[in-house]
Amino acid sequence: MADATILQAWLLSFCYFTTVMTLKMPYEFIADQTSNYVLPKLPYDYKDLEPFIDEATVRVHHLGHHAAYTKKMNIALEQWTADSEVAHSMSLAQKPILDILIGLDDVPKKYKSSIQNNGGGYVNHNFYWSVMSPNPNLDDREPVNQLGDDIVKAFGNFSNFKALFTQEALSLFGSGCYVWLSRNPIENGKLVISKTTNQDSPLTDELQPILVIDVWEHAYYIKHQNLRPKYVSDWWNLVDWSLVEEIDNWWKGPNYDYHEEL
Amino acid sequence: MLSATATVIKSVPKSVGALGTFVSRLNHTLPDLPYDFNALEPTISAEIMRIHYTKHHATYVNNLNIAEEKLAEAMETKNVNQVIQLQPALKFNGGGHINHSIFWQVLSPNGGGEPSGDLMEVIKRDFGSFEAMKTELSNASVAVQGSGWGWLGFNPVSKRLRVATCANQDPLQPTTGLVPLFGIDVWEHAYYLQYKNVRPDYLKAIWNVVNWDKVAQNLHDATMAC
Repeated sequence: MADATILQAWLLSFCYFTTVMTLKMPYEFIADQTSNYVLPKLPYDYKDLEPFIDEATVRVHHLGHHAAYTKKMNIALEQWTADSEVAHSMSLAQKPILDILIGLDDVPKKYKSSIQNNGGGYVNHNFYWSVMSPNPNLDDREPVNQLGDDIVKAFGNFSNFKALFTQEALSLFGSGCYVWLSRNPIENGKLVISKTTNQDSPLTDELQPILVIDVWEHAYYIKHQNLRPKYVSDWWNLVDWSLVEEIDNWWKGPNYDYHEEL
Repeated sequence: MLSATATVIKSVPKSVGALGTFVSRLNHTLPDLPYDFNALEPTISAEIMRIHYTKHHATYVNNLNIAEEKLAEAMETKNVNQVIQLQPALKFNGGGHINHSIFWQVLSPNGGGEPSGDLMEVIKRDFGSFEAMKTELSNASVAVQGSGWGWLGFNPVSKRLRVATCANQDPLQPTTGLVPLFGIDVWEHAYYLQYKNVRPDYLKAIWNVVNWDKVAQNLHDATMAC
């Protein structure tokens, strides 16, 4: 009897251990598979981003919007890879969505718009969920280590960086946009703030995004209605700089689990 | 009926200066809403109507006035760079004001059903049937990526009706040449509080409140202007 209980306990611990250890961050999904992408689980419960982002918004945003992009992206990829008329583009079609968005200009015209919108939508939201974590104690959060230094180098100080980033988020004509902090590899990894419209991605400009805010109205309308500035200021409380640093390091390391056949 | 509180001043005196600037600030105002906020329920909720009109449309009006003031200054100082830099703000806020002013008029609590007379004839001629036009405009509106508008427009050259979409607040006529007859706002703020991410449901429902009399008037005016 005792042996069975010990075995059970061991099995349970093993299952828990492997679940926790293998909980992938949403952004990791963009580089390690090439088809049948799943909607990544959020690294927190739907209510955990309160009071800054309300539960209802996180639910609809994830299970409605993000899920729809995931589904439509899978359909577009399936159609593309099965299309013999565009066989010349097959090597791109069979790459992870990260590479496809980098090489977006080479996607056949037939599929480009769908890949841009739905693939972009999938990837953009993967990043968005990945840079936030619950902040129930209203901690002041700031970047540290190399990333912290690089932000100071690029923008003068953290306050200034926040102000510039916020200004971009508030000055957009139109809704349906994102504001990004990325590294530019051709400028030795210099940090740049940029924005994209609709579901466009900085990946297509060969930037390496590490931080993003979704300023589509659906990201904040239920709680804030037209008051986008309030949403942006609330969002800063959720930015988890240790996660941003993780993504920064991810770009520097080998980030493909998928290996091309030799 | 809700009234705007400021009077509209139609013409700005040539001599720009303190008075001219003051006058141009009152150049645009929020038009009267022809019905109460709750009048379009259950198709469009009172909450959406209130925020859409008193916040979103009002902001376009305010920012248009500000942009025009800056434009007057830039022109006075012959600052061509600044004149050009103001164009996105003018298009966005001016377009927002134009589009929403049309939108309130082409919706009505007494709307819905089908058009009749010349409008119906022209719709049948150019789309095959009323249902075909509804389907085309609905599909086009659902498919708008990001923010924008779906339109039923009149081509003043071919005299035909066309479905078109515009991004953001780009106004139909300056952007495409089509005269707007009926438009559907598909910015998320137009439907999100009620329909969430299910834009197709909003598109299905909006036909219940289309003010076909006003759309017919728009067609008549467009035809007369040719």
